[in-house]
Amino acid sequence: MEKFIKHTGTGTPLRRSNVDTDQIIPAVYLKRVTRSGFEDGLFAAWRNDPDFVLNNDAFKKGTILVAGADFGTGSSREHAVWALQNYGFKVVISSRFADIFRGNSLKGGLLTVILDIAEVEALWAAIEADPNTAITVDLESRRVNYGDKSLPFDIDDYTRWRLMEGLDDIGLTMKQTDSIDSFEKTRPTFKPKTLPIRS
Amino acid sequence: MGKTLAEKIWAEHVVRQVEGEPDLLYIDLHLIHEVTSPQAFDGLRLTNRKVRRADLTIATEDHNVPTLNIDKPIADPVSKLQVDTLRANCKEFGIRIHSLGDKDQGVVHVVGPQLGITQPGMTIVCGDSHTSTHGAFGALAFGIGTSEVEHVLATQTLPLQRPKTMAINIEGSLKPGVTSKDIILAVIAKIGTGGGQGYVIEYRGSAIRALSMESRMTVCNMSIEAGARAGLIAPDQTTFDYIKGKPHAPEDFDAAVAYWSPLFTDKDAQFDAEVSLDASELEPFVTWGTNPGQGLPLSGKVPNPAEITDTEARSAAERALVYMGLEAGTSLKSIAIDTVFLGSCTNGRIEDLRAAAEILKGKKIASTLRMLVVPGSARVRLEAEAEGLDKTFIDAGAEWRNAGCSMCLGMNPDQLAVGERSASTSNRNFEGRQGKGGRTHLVSPLVAAATALRGTLSSPADL
Repeated sequence: MEKFIKHTGTGTPLRRSNVDTDQIIPAVYLKRVTRSGFEDGLFAAWRNDPDFVLNNDAFKKGTILVAGADFGTGSSREHAVWALQNYGFKVVISSRFADIFRGNSLKGGLLTVILDIAEVEALWAAIEADPNTAITVDLESRRVNYGDKSLPFDIDDYTRWRLMEGLDDIGLTMKQTDSIDSFEKTRPTFKPKTLPIRS
Repeated sequence: MGKTLAEKIWAEHVVRQVEGEPDLLYIDLHLIHEVTSPQAFDGLRLTNRKVRRADLTIATEDHNVPTLNIDKPIADPVSKLQVDTLRANCKEFGIRIHSLGDKDQGVVHVVGPQLGITQPGMTIVCGDSHTSTHGAFGALAFGIGTSEVEHVLATQTLPLQRPKTMAINIEGSLKPGVTSKDIILAVIAKIGTGGGQGYVIEYRGSAIRALSMESRMTVCNMSIEAGARAGLIAPDQTTFDYIKGKPHAPEDFDAAVAYWSPLFTDKDAQFDAEVSLDASELEPFVTWGTNPGQGLPLSGKVPNPAEITDTEARSAAERALVYMGLEAGTSLKSIAIDTVFLGSCTNGRIEDLRAAAEILKGKKIASTLRMLVVPGSARVRLEAEAEGLDKTFIDAGAEWRNAGCSMCLGMNPDQLAVGERSASTSNRNFEGRQGKGGRTHLVSPLVAAATALRGTLSSPADL
C-alpha cells in the first residue's frame, strides 16, 4: 500500500447526506474481478445529470471529496473505495462515515477525515467560491489546512501509523502466527466446521 | 461489573490484546460469495499466502446469479466470469462451495443457519453487510470489506477496535398483522441510519423473546440499516431447538448448550446507550423515502419536508420525494405499486413464504402488478414446494423463482425499470437499488402479500 503522509489538492463539494454505497457504485458495476476499472461506476446514476458536481469542469481536478453526513452507508462493498480511488480521489471529508466504509477506506489507503458539520459547510462554501482553493490534508499533524484555516481531526494512533508507513495489515498479523496457533488449541471442540460436509 | 453479551463473545475470541492497538479477534466462521471475494483470492496468490482454515470457510453463489433457467449457463458474461472465478478459487484453495443447482445454494445468510453452522457465541464474518443476520443466534456477526476477507482467509483473525454496546429494549406484545420487520423498520425510523454507528446492538425484551428464530433473523439483519455493524439476541431455548437436528448441529449437543447457556448480558452490565420501544404500539410499517430511516406506519401520510426542522433531514426528504415521485400529504395506502418482491436475506425464509402464502391462498394478485417470489435458498424452495406454497403463489398469479439475492440489489436480471415502484420485503430503499430509476417501499411479507392483492400499499387488515 502507498504511504499516506500529506496530500494537497482541490476539493469537490458533494452537498448530499446519506450517500450510500449503492450511489457511490451501483451493484451492476460490481462484477469485475480486479481492483481497478471501477471509476466508470462512480456515482453512475448521478453522473447522468449534467448539473451533478462531477460534471462541473470547475471541479474536474478535485482529489478531495467533501460530502454530507453519513457517507458510505449500506453495503460492505470495498468497490466503493476502489471506485473513488480509481477516479482519482485521495481523501473524503464528511461529518460522519458509516463504519464498514470507513474501515474499508483506511485499509485501502483512502483517507477519510471527520470534521464538524459546520466545518464541512464552511469548506463547501470556500470551494464553491473558489474551486482552486488549495486544501492540504496532513495526516502527520492530523490537520486539514486551507486559506487561513487549520482544522484538527481525530484518527487513532495505530491507523495513522499504519497509513503513514503504508503497511499491509495481513503482514502485521502474520507476525502473530504463534498467538493464533495457541489460541486455536483452546477453542471448544464442538464449534462447527464446514468440512467434512454433513447433510 | 458484569459484561454484556457482545463483550462476553468478544473476550472469548481475543487472540492478542496490546494497549494502543486494535484487538486481534479469532473468527469462527467465514462465509464467502462471488462478488466480494475475487480480489481477496488474487491477493493471496500475489503474496503466496494460503487459506489458513478452509474448514471454517464456506462459499455460495447468490448476489449476481439468475433466478430463472439456472440449469443453463449464466447469460451475462461478466456475471458468469465472477461465478466461475469463485468456483475456481474454491477449488484451488479447497473451500466448500454450494453452487447453483445444489440444494444448499442460496443467499449466504439463509444458508449458514439452515446448515446449523451458525451457532451461539461464535464470531462470524462475510463480505456482506447483512452478516448481522447471524446475530439472531447470539453470535457476533458482521460484514467486512474485501481487504478483510483476504485477511481472514490468510489468518482466520481480524484486527478490530472494540465497539460500543447499545441495548434496544422492546417490551409488550405485537398486534396481529405486525411482524418483526415492522419492529426493525420502526427502530431505524426512531434512531436513524446513523444512530447505531460504532455500536453493537443487543435486541432485548419480551417482544424479542417471543419471536421465532426466523423473525429474530429479520430484526438482526437490518442492524446495518441503523448504522450498526452487528446486532444480536441472547440465545435461549428457541435458539437451541432451532439448531437441534440441523446438519452441522454439535454432536455433543449438551456440551454445546452448557457453553451457550451463560451467553446473556449480566444484570449489572452497562450498555453505552439504551433505546426503548413499546411493541404493542407498533403498526405495519413502510418506507416512503430513499433511506431505510425514512419510514412511517402504513396508516400515515407522505411527510411534508417543510415541517421537518433539521435542515439536513429536510433537504434529504425533499430529494427523496422528488426521486420517489410522491407528493407530501398523500395517504401511503393510496400509493399504487407495480412490482411486489418477496425474498432476500431479510424476508426470504420459509416462515416469510408461509405468511405471505396464507394471505394469497385462493386469491389473485391485482392485474396492475407483477409479484416475484424468490426463496432465500434452494432448500427453502424445496421445503415450500413440499408444502404446496409454490402452487399457492403461482395460482395467485405470482412468479415462483429460484434462490438468490435477486431484486434486493438488482445485480442479476431481476430489476425494476425506470420509474417503476415496488413493495419489497428486502432491506434497502436506496435510489436505484433495485434497478436504475426504480422506486422502493420496504415492507413486511404480510404487507407485501396484501399489497399484491389490492394493488396499492395495504396491510392484511385492509383485505
